[in-house]
Amino acid sequence: MAAKKTSKTNVSKDDLLHYYREMLLIRRFEEKAGQLYGMGLIGGFCHLYIGQEAVVVGLEAAAEEGDKRVTSYRDHGHMLACGMEANGVMAELTGRSGGYSKGKGGSMHMFSKEKHFYGGHGIVGAQVPIGAGLAFADKYLGNGRVTFAYFGDGAANQGQVYETFNMAALWDLPVVFVIENNQYAMGTSQQRSTSSAEIYERGRAFGIPGEAIDGMDVLAVKAAGETAVAHCRSGKGPYILEIKTYRYRGHSMSDPAKYRTREEVQKIREEKDAIEHVRDLLLTSKHCSEEDLKAIDKDIKAVVNESAEFAKQSPEPALDELWTDIYAQAEA
Amino acid sequence: MAIEILMPALSPTMEEGTLAKWLVAEGDKVSSGDILAEIETDKATMEFEAVDEGVIGKLLIAEGTANVAVNSAIAVLLDEGESLSDAASPAQTAAPAASAAAQTPAAPTSASAQAPVAVQVVEHDVPAGTSFKSLTVREAIREAMSEEMRSDETVYLMGEEVAEYQGAYKISQGMLDEFGSKRVIDTPITEHGFAGIAVGAAFGGLKPVVEFMTFNFAMQAMDHIINSAAKTLYMSGGQMGAPMVFRGPNGAAARVGAQHSQDYAAWYAHIPGLKVVMPYSADDAKGLLKSAIRDPNPVIFLENEILYGQSFQVPDLPDYTVPLGKARIWREGNDITLVSFGIGMKYALEAADQLAEMGVSAEVIDLRCLRPLDTATVVNSVKKTNRCVTIEEGFPVCSIGSHISSVLMQEAFDYLDAPVITCTGKDVPMPYAANLEKLALVTTDEVMTAAKSVLYR
Ligand SMILES: Cc1ncc(C[n+]2csc(CCOP(=O)(O)OP(=O)(O)O)c2C)c(N)n1
Ligand SMILES: [Mg+2]
Repeated sequence: MAAKKTSKTNVSKDDLLHYYREMLLIRRFEEKAGQLYGMGLIGGFCHLYIGQEAVVVGLEAAAEEGDKRVTSYRDHGHMLACGMEANGVMAELTGRSGGYSKGKGGSMHMFSKEKHFYGGHGIVGAQVPIGAGLAFADKYLGNGRVTFAYFGDGAANQGQVYETFNMAALWDLPVVFVIENNQYAMGTSQQRSTSSAEIYERGRAFGIPGEAIDGMDVLAVKAAGETAVAHCRSGKGPYILEIKTYRYRGHSMSDPAKYRTREEVQKIREEKDAIEHVRDLLLTSKHCSEEDLKAIDKDIKAVVNESAEFAKQSPEPALDELWTDIYAQAEA
Repeated sequence: MAIEILMPALSPTMEEGTLAKWLVAEGDKVSSGDILAEIETDKATMEFEAVDEGVIGKLLIAEGTANVAVNSAIAVLLDEGESLSDAASPAQTAAPAASAAAQTPAAPTSASAQAPVAVQVVEHDVPAGTSFKSLTVREAIREAMSEEMRSDETVYLMGEEVAEYQGAYKISQGMLDEFGSKRVIDTPITEHGFAGIAVGAAFGGLKPVVEFMTFNFAMQAMDHIINSAAKTLYMSGGQMGAPMVFRGPNGAAARVGAQHSQDYAAWYAHIPGLKVVMPYSADDAKGLLKSAIRDPNPVIFLENEILYGQSFQVPDLPDYTVPLGKARIWREGNDITLVSFGIGMKYALEAADQLAEMGVSAEVIDLRCLRPLDTATVVNSVKKTNRCVTIEEGFPVCSIGSHISSVLMQEAFDYLDAPVITCTGKDVPMPYAANLEKLALVTTDEVMTAAKSVLYR
């Protein structure tokens, strides 16, 4: 991971604690989701975000109220980080009426108008032009908002990504293209799928600036996010952030994991873990004691356990929900 | 406090699995993320990680045990310092589950007084003395591709995760080893691009087999399938075409939501220049896929994830083929014709069993191929039975069933004693919630209701 790294900064205790909490919430939430899947309470696909927490937490720290985000099916972390409730996300995972899509969307398809979260998309790459379209609307309306369009290293090969780059640059759309490069698309490593070593450099052909960032360092991600957002908001058009990260778990729940070694995963976990990194910063700077952090851990476990309880208790959707939300009604 | 570690569900369709290997022993300390065991499903062997930390108190299931039901206890995890006797002994619910193969048809629901009729099962049309072997649909598809690749150098396979990963659904397992990376090719996630490349390769003299991880993703490639592959023979005045197969799972799997659960049978069946195959059984999957690969036209071959693991008797012949464009009669009957294809056949056959209990003899026709469509077999059957119900998973509007019913109206109007009823999936995007998903899919009960209605019973 040869990417820019910033670590020693004068970041405040409150900020560090905020990142720590947010990342830990995602990790514990995802562990719980994995457990509920194993118990058969969650079905279908369930793509966990464990390992990648610093990406969304860093970028959300660079966003302003009203900015938008859109991503793929690996979306639980993005939702928690933009302020959506753990209860509603978990209840969607179990397919219950208390979920963000009333149980009709599932793990891959959740949305929140209130939090400006535009999904949760299951078709690899499809969210990229959608993100540019959100930015198109913002520019059209002149509201000064910026959109984060997240996609994977695998998605970065889809043709529609480059059609979008062209139009976003041509029309100076305020969109940050966030490549969450976790090095694998299912069982295919970046080297086996992608002709260029640095994906962000592909933006150069379209005149879009970009950079690679160490995605296991939340402070580096936040700093890069601020640069990108300032660029977009000032009317200069799109920006690309290729954030080098790593997924610890399988692609979805059924992943034979034969495409990488156990040691590779273990090494990154031990040496690069984003949560451990912030934990170390908190402890070495004497901002917190082990006890303080234990108390946070306990709080977060309580939030996650409550969400699991909510997701089990929330009733299944009423049967007539099968027939609702297919067409919008014209306003009277 | 002691926690029971339960057999996990590791895929959308897993109900039981083999506990292949323990990677921890009693007394070992484990923490979140440690690998506890290797678990084998019909798709793959997977590592199972600890969620909670503690000490392994007891392993309840010996390694090598097969058919361990999802959610049965496989081990007991203790807090550090806690002993097994401190912990209230957890209930040993862990006996291997009874085989899930209990495919007994549902009990007849009708109170009809009529005596049951015998079910007329139609035998395979193969030379006398042919022996049979049991194959899953997955194995049958693999055999078909491998046999064709052995006999024709120009046949090759390309798609996402088909080579090194051994196939997302393990269809191509072992094929990279046998045929090498020149002929079993992993592509990036670029359906539109690689479908176009395959069409070009077909123009250039090869016979590509393109695997879509699922047909949901073939929508990205739709332009090349239809505008490039299907129409070129016509546009070139017969000079060149695209001898190739586009294949992969189609239709609903289990709980994968609206963007991953669609049956495209009717979409492709609409297009002149394409051939469209949708097998139900393993023998048909094998024989039809071999014919599809040899066919000089672009063939859409629609598989089904839920059927992949099901076993059928397949003729053990060196070169078993089934011609495209011929329906198969699974049951002969006189009172009603049930027409289906793909996974719809499961409901058609179950309904036929229930109807037999009621004294109704149903003829069950598996279309197998949707283009060309063997309407003659359906029309002839309806001329005998005078009643028809169609069954499919796809949406109701412009469905295969609605086409069949229009053909019957045009060609067998005077023979019909009741309107044709089309049983389909519901006219809604697929919901994720378990209860709604069940409602959205076609069911045997719905087929029975339709059948009783056309029988006026
Ligand atoms: C168009 C399309 N093709 C294939 C798939 C199946 N699929 C789902 S996720 C995935 C891998 C994507 O990898 P990447 O973009 O790197 O994202 P990551 O899963 O690593 O977050 C594939 C092939 C799909 N959903 N959509
Ligand atoms: Mg990836």
